[in-house]
Amino acid sequence: MTSSPAVAQRPHGRRSTPESRAWWLGQAMFFPAMIYVLAVIGLPFALAVIYAFSDIKVGSVGYHFVGFQNFSSILRSATFLRALYDSFVFTIGSQVLVLVGSTFLALALEKKFRGRGVVRFLMLLPWVAPVSIGAIGWKWILDSLYSVINWVLVRIPILHLDKFNPPQWLGEPALAMASVILVHTWRLLPFSTVILLAGLGAIPKDIPEAAEIDGAGFWRKMFQINIPMLLPILNVALLFGIVFTFTDMTVVYILTRGGPYDTTQVIPSLAFFTGVLGGDLSEGAAISLFMVPILVVVAFLMLRQAHRTEVT
Amino acid sequence: MAVVETRGLTKVFKQGELGAVNNVNLLTQEGEFLVFLGPSGSGKTTLLRMIAGLETPTAGEILIGGQDVTHLSPRERRIAMVFQSYALYPHLSVYNNIAFPLKAQKVPKEQHRQKVEWAAGLLGIGKLLHRKPRELSGGERQRVALARAIVREPTVFLLDEPLSNLDAKLRASAREELEEFHDRIKTTTIYVTHDQVEAMALGDRVVVLHQGVVRQIGTPREVYDEPADTFVATFLGSPPMNLLEADGVIVGFRPERFFPAGLLAPGGSPAETKLASQGGTRVPLRFHVEHSEYLGAERILYGILEGTRFRDKPVCARISSNILEIYAPKTTYDFAVPEPELKFFDAQTGKRIPPRPFSWQ
Repeated sequence: MTSSPAVAQRPHGRRSTPESRAWWLGQAMFFPAMIYVLAVIGLPFALAVIYAFSDIKVGSVGYHFVGFQNFSSILRSATFLRALYDSFVFTIGSQVLVLVGSTFLALALEKKFRGRGVVRFLMLLPWVAPVSIGAIGWKWILDSLYSVINWVLVRIPILHLDKFNPPQWLGEPALAMASVILVHTWRLLPFSTVILLAGLGAIPKDIPEAAEIDGAGFWRKMFQINIPMLLPILNVALLFGIVFTFTDMTVVYILTRGGPYDTTQVIPSLAFFTGVLGGDLSEGAAISLFMVPILVVVAFLMLRQAHRTEVT
Repeated sequence: MAVVETRGLTKVFKQGELGAVNNVNLLTQEGEFLVFLGPSGSGKTTLLRMIAGLETPTAGEILIGGQDVTHLSPRERRIAMVFQSYALYPHLSVYNNIAFPLKAQKVPKEQHRQKVEWAAGLLGIGKLLHRKPRELSGGERQRVALARAIVREPTVFLLDEPLSNLDAKLRASAREELEEFHDRIKTTTIYVTHDQVEAMALGDRVVVLHQGVVRQIGTPREVYDEPADTFVATFLGSPPMNLLEADGVIVGFRPERFFPAGLLAPGGSPAETKLASQGGTRVPLRFHVEHSEYLGAERILYGILEGTRFRDKPVCARISSNILEIYAPKTTYDFAVPEPELKFFDAQTGKRIPPRPFSWQ
């Protein structure tokens, strides 16, 4: 066996050499992180897999292997298919809005202007504030009786809204989905904007300047120079956004609880309602496992992107 | 083609502070190669960026081809600029980089290919058109940047230290190419550099800038041989001019004009006869050599003067390798300066003044 000093290898011979102690120390330092990952991610994941192939319920005794029975029953369930569809609508809808919004925000906040620091701070608030507080605020804003949005809308004459029957933001399927998407967009926007601001900062100043001298106007500079140069970093923001959105149930849980009639139910919230609140652990586990293949693809793309990212 | 004129051009970045550029009045000539030369922080790049329209002047006017462009955007000025970093668009191929100005200025599409090929051909990069900028060497990038600049036949060419990212050897050949290139296209060119060799080699005229102020405008020969003040005298030339101060006057002479006394005897080599024929007398000085640098084509001797009122003042001499004598350190030699080679400056203002009688004792 050839040994190279650059590669950490377990040294041979007696235990007590300084070299071997360093090796053991290295292993020991690694340990807490391993335990953490195994306990918080590995164990629940393994449990979910085990449960998904059983008929286990809250309070049941013993383990009965049932094969793919849970999966096949889920696939026949209209509620699950609706949740799967809603998950995609929710993710795609909010990510499109986040991407467009954060690109404009980042381009605007990159320019120097008076009070930029304050605006940047305000822009970050939705991200730093606890989700529950933000979402409860939104719950009131969208409330059926006390909604400030409706209070404003009914007072705009050209809209001809019925004062006694204004839009039920959380009560009508399409509006409820739109509300959930908008609130989630509001939450994710700062994160994406900060990533893009960092990316914009990495674009050498003289490239947009060269484009200006070459005769490019505002739109050409934006769409042919700035945005293409931002693409690698936009990709990163998008992939993170997909993971954060596809696995998220906070906004749905607080605003609509999946309603009305399960029209805003997404996979994570359905899994939670079925498995935890409904007590059907095995089916809940099976539902949540449906996210795995999708997230694996996204994770793969993320890692590949991380290797390839180069701005210039 | 057009001439560029600046009138009282000033740029102050922070109110209350000294401007980066102060009251600069310039007028280029048609097809001229004008070089802005100065140390870093002298305002040369700011001046260029104002002409390009990338900085707004605090005061003053800019005229291109007689038209006031002070308040026009860069795209309306019909100029081209090559940046120090070349600023190639990293996501576009070389072809699309060069074609970008054509698209931006709405040149009919069917002319693009022919124009791009013309520009690429002129710079010998026809084979690189499908590559991305990151696949090019430094020299190739510089040519792409130049091709992108000439493709739409601009009225004025601005170049911001375009050679500073090249290694020394490539820089020399790129300089030569640039010179040849300018001879061919004959567009008015403004070139910014801190490198005096580049400035002297390329410029039809050189504008020497210091702290945002024009110190001198002249041909390379004028700024070198007839410096307008002590800044120009010491900024140009390596090593710089020897300066000695007495009686409110600074007297200066170039190290290469500080000769071993024996060489100045009449009837020597051609160079010497020429110096002798200039007729003047010479100023004999005792030169104590402290150390020397051997640079191949020449030697630089550093030392101090002995005797006279300038005892112990440091001076240096530049001796051509044609002179084979040995000048050993820690030894004193007889040197001399031909009197016509002495430059006089006012000690207060640093400005050049006419030659005057001067007592060395």
